[in-house]
Amino acid sequence: MLPGRYLLMFMVVIWGMISVPACAATIQVSIDNLVFSPAELKARVGDTITWINRDIVAHTATVRGGFDVKIEANSSPSLVLTKAGIVDYYCRFHPNMKGRMTITAE
Amino acid sequence: MLVRSSTAIAAICILSGAAFAQGAAKPTDPQIAHIAYTAGQLDIEAAKQALSKSTNRDVRAFAEGMVGDHTAVNKEALDLVTKLKVTPEDNDTSRALSKAAADKRAELARLSGADFDNAYVANEVAYHKTVNDALETTLIPFASNPELKSLLETGLKIFQGHEQHAEQVAAALK
Ligand SMILES: [Cu+2]
Repeated sequence: MLPGRYLLMFMVVIWGMISVPACAATIQVSIDNLVFSPAELKARVGDTITWINRDIVAHTATVRGGFDVKIEANSSPSLVLTKAGIVDYYCRFHPNMKGRMTITAE
Repeated sequence: MLVRSSTAIAAICILSGAAFAQGAAKPTDPQIAHIAYTAGQLDIEAAKQALSKSTNRDVRAFAEGMVGDHTAVNKEALDLVTKLKVTPEDNDTSRALSKAAADKRAELARLSGADFDNAYVANEVAYHKTVNDALETTLIPFASNPELKSLLETGLKIFQGHEQHAEQVAAALK
């Protein structure tokens, strides 16, 4: 292997370390009385979504064929967004709970 | 003649209105608390029966959700009545609910496999519809304590979620 290749990898790693924390945001979605709030949000790939469950029952943030985040009562789990697109999610336990994320590339 | 008959109709309307107001027992807070708590406990028992009989993944997940949610809501209800120093009071509605649930449990006990799953989930749809209807039309409007009212409103939202969840499971079983 050539030293130049190491240098390139090193630069890629450093670039990743510098650029991701610089742009990535954490977006909070609260759950109160079975309502995701905000119900709709805009985010970028690399952002973190944190659901803050203030209810006495467990919920989920679930996408058919996609992610499935279990949100216990009084807990606040997070998810890092990895893919761009419009994501409609719902709660598996209470399908009347719905949310939407519009995720754009970094 | 026309005047007389319309007066008569009006009189009948007023009478039946009065009869309804007297006939429909106005439940008190101790009775409302008892009905709501009983409704939750009965659904927990139904879920436990499902967990002992069903091997279907969706049915079991639904039943586990029922145990978790109704336990959480009923714990909140017990904490509230303790705080308010209200003693839940047994009543005809609670007794009718318990009787109907016991009959249903006996009926379901004789079924197994897909027959059980279908019957259990269909009953969960119907049961939550009945309970939600009672919450909306009677229990919430008649609750006088604001904290009790608010807990019942939260319960209604949760149980409406259960109704939809049960409908989804029922559709997936077909
Ligand atoms: Cu939920």
